[in-house]
Amino acid sequence: MNLLLRQAWSGLRLLLAFTVILGVAYPVAVFAVGRFIPAQSDGSYVTDAQGRVVGSALIGQAFEGPEWFQSRPSAAGAGYDSLASGGSNLAADNPDLVSVVAHRKAAVAARDGADPASVPADAVTASGSGLDPDISPEYAMLQVARVAASRALDPARVRALVEEQTQGRLLGFIGEPRVNVLALNLALERAT
Amino acid sequence: MTTTAAGVLQFALIVLALAIAYRPVGDYLARVVESPRHLGIEKLLYRVSGIDPNADQRWSAYVRSVLAFSGVAILVVFAVLRLQAYLPYSLGHEGMSPLQALNTAVSFVTNTNWQSYSGEQTLGYGAQMVALAVQNFLSSAVGIAIAVALVRGLVRTHTDRLGNFWVDVTRLTLRVLLPGALVFALVLLIGGVVQNFADTTAVTTLAGGAQAIPGGPVASQEAIKLLGTNGGGFFNANSAHPFENPSGWTNLIEIFLLLVIPFSLTRMFGRMVGDVRQGYAVLAVMVALWTAVTSLTVWAELSHAGPALQLAGGAMEGKEVRFGVPMSAVFASATTGTSSGAVDAMHSSFTAGGGGLLLLNMVLGEVSPGGVGSGLYGVLMVAFVAVFVAGLMVGRTPEYLGKRLRPREMKLVSLYILLTPSLVLAGLGIAMASTVGLSSILNPGPHGLSEVFYAFASASNNNGSAFAGLDADTSFYNVGLAVAMALGRFLPICFVLALAGSLASQGTVQPSAGTLPTHRPQFVLLVIGVILLVAGLTFVPALALGPIAEALS
Repeated sequence: MNLLLRQAWSGLRLLLAFTVILGVAYPVAVFAVGRFIPAQSDGSYVTDAQGRVVGSALIGQAFEGPEWFQSRPSAAGAGYDSLASGGSNLAADNPDLVSVVAHRKAAVAARDGADPASVPADAVTASGSGLDPDISPEYAMLQVARVAASRALDPARVRALVEEQTQGRLLGFIGEPRVNVLALNLALERAT
Repeated sequence: MTTTAAGVLQFALIVLALAIAYRPVGDYLARVVESPRHLGIEKLLYRVSGIDPNADQRWSAYVRSVLAFSGVAILVVFAVLRLQAYLPYSLGHEGMSPLQALNTAVSFVTNTNWQSYSGEQTLGYGAQMVALAVQNFLSSAVGIAIAVALVRGLVRTHTDRLGNFWVDVTRLTLRVLLPGALVFALVLLIGGVVQNFADTTAVTTLAGGAQAIPGGPVASQEAIKLLGTNGGGFFNANSAHPFENPSGWTNLIEIFLLLVIPFSLTRMFGRMVGDVRQGYAVLAVMVALWTAVTSLTVWAELSHAGPALQLAGGAMEGKEVRFGVPMSAVFASATTGTSSGAVDAMHSSFTAGGGGLLLLNMVLGEVSPGGVGSGLYGVLMVAFVAVFVAGLMVGRTPEYLGKRLRPREMKLVSLYILLTPSLVLAGLGIAMASTVGLSSILNPGPHGLSEVFYAFASASNNNGSAFAGLDADTSFYNVGLAVAMALGRFLPICFVLALAGSLASQGTVQPSAGTLPTHRPQFVLLVIGVILLVAGLTFVPALALGPIAEALS
């Protein structure tokens, strides 16, 4: 017991010394280097044409109304609550998930005047973070006609915006093709 | 390019990066633990801690040091979590409740990183940094140290000394984990992972809504969370959160970080025993299991079985658009195979087959390739069983690398093999038989049982991932899982070190015509067979009631 206590006393002192190195100096050092790229280390904030901060390029946000491209469904709090990140954790055979997916599918199809079979999976499922900033290019294209009509814009112009905002795979194979919803809606605002 | 083809290429890139890193990282690890020299800063640490770095410890002293160091760490982390309101950058968060703080302290010290709390709602930056990030380093270093001690037991002869625990932990932290984490924290920073001390920033969104954007020292914690196979997310959504994992390429970096040390440790093993082929054989076991589980999981997710996913037209529930289905599955397989527990997609919403494979990956005993250190000692324990089985077939005393596996050694190996499954099944049984256990379940049907099975498999194997529908912040689960984590970590460590001591005290037997070569494909297959057989015999009934029933219904 005496031996164990002596070891514990050494362990406590080593732990406290390591706390200074690993718990304070290390994160502060990373922070200091991060000052060279403040945009990323602060949170990739995005401003609109007037210079007003409207959110982060990385954190998805909710858009309501036919004039906006819509984000994916979100299980973070009441939806895109960035202080309550997380997924639904519903199982693939959970009847609640089946009915909510069916409901979303019908709603998206009705809203965008599309065939339910053409509604992509990301449009009817909640992401893991609940803060997914992206939608698939298919889901963005599906929304073009409705957004254009609501803003009295030429659909071809809106389609061109979607194409412009579509990010392909890095080097042709890394990641998935996607459209950042906030960036797309900002481009849309500039065009309107 | 199709999603599947892109997935195959991304997987190939990860394999290539791991292959390139294998030798330099493994050789470096061997040099670090074998070098006779102490660095200046290390001498300073030994002096302030009153440690004699040149003492060579018996196995019992090594165990005492592990338990003393970990016990103290649990107390300190518990205290910090309880008292975080008094720390700088607490962001106004109150102290954690006692049982949740106990669960979290045990979780981070045992390298499990099970989280019954939500990071952004519960913890300030102070507690994240000085309590959790510190344990991300130290619990990893402890794991590697145990593996090193076991290898020393195989290498050394006629001695009762296994090295110095304090020196091993200090060196592995300062010479391996800290530089690695620093480099990759900066890489992740470039990718968009945040690193600041700002409170949440209130913004008015483009559409006129309100949003509070969090900050935090995330990059520094993210790098070591993955490199040390810890897995505790800064945010509730873990590596699915865009501030922890912003893009497709950061996702690949994170998967690489999970796997690089567990695989490379087999090179260190080969170097230390003076025959790198022995390391390759163990590596082959890990790679075979990892590749099999990964490809089956990707296949299951691409099939998007299950009524809700069939209706949606793809397994995107709980997954992020920027990662896509295949790479979410690759991440999930890597994290459950490395006892990490970081997630970039919600495992509970995987298909029955995909989720079942993740569960299987844990109950294989975390050897595909396993956590830092625990993967290597885990697979070596199974290798001992394999030579024992082979020895029984020909009626000889089994030996591995010239060390005899006598009844004393085999008893320790058996205890090791039996302990974790006992914890998992006992925990599952108690939970399913009690109201408090059942009331936390979210999903109906077999998936509900899988949630509880997954929780105890994750805790007992020190993984930390979850079928997160389960409400784990209850007295029952906070305490029950803390017990599973503590016993699942420290009892196996005691068995491994006792075995190492027993092996070190032997001389070396010269190989004879009857010795089973342990570097050939035949032996690799035998080890894989033992792993599958042990897991199969133990867990098929439980798997049948959970994921298999869900897949068939």
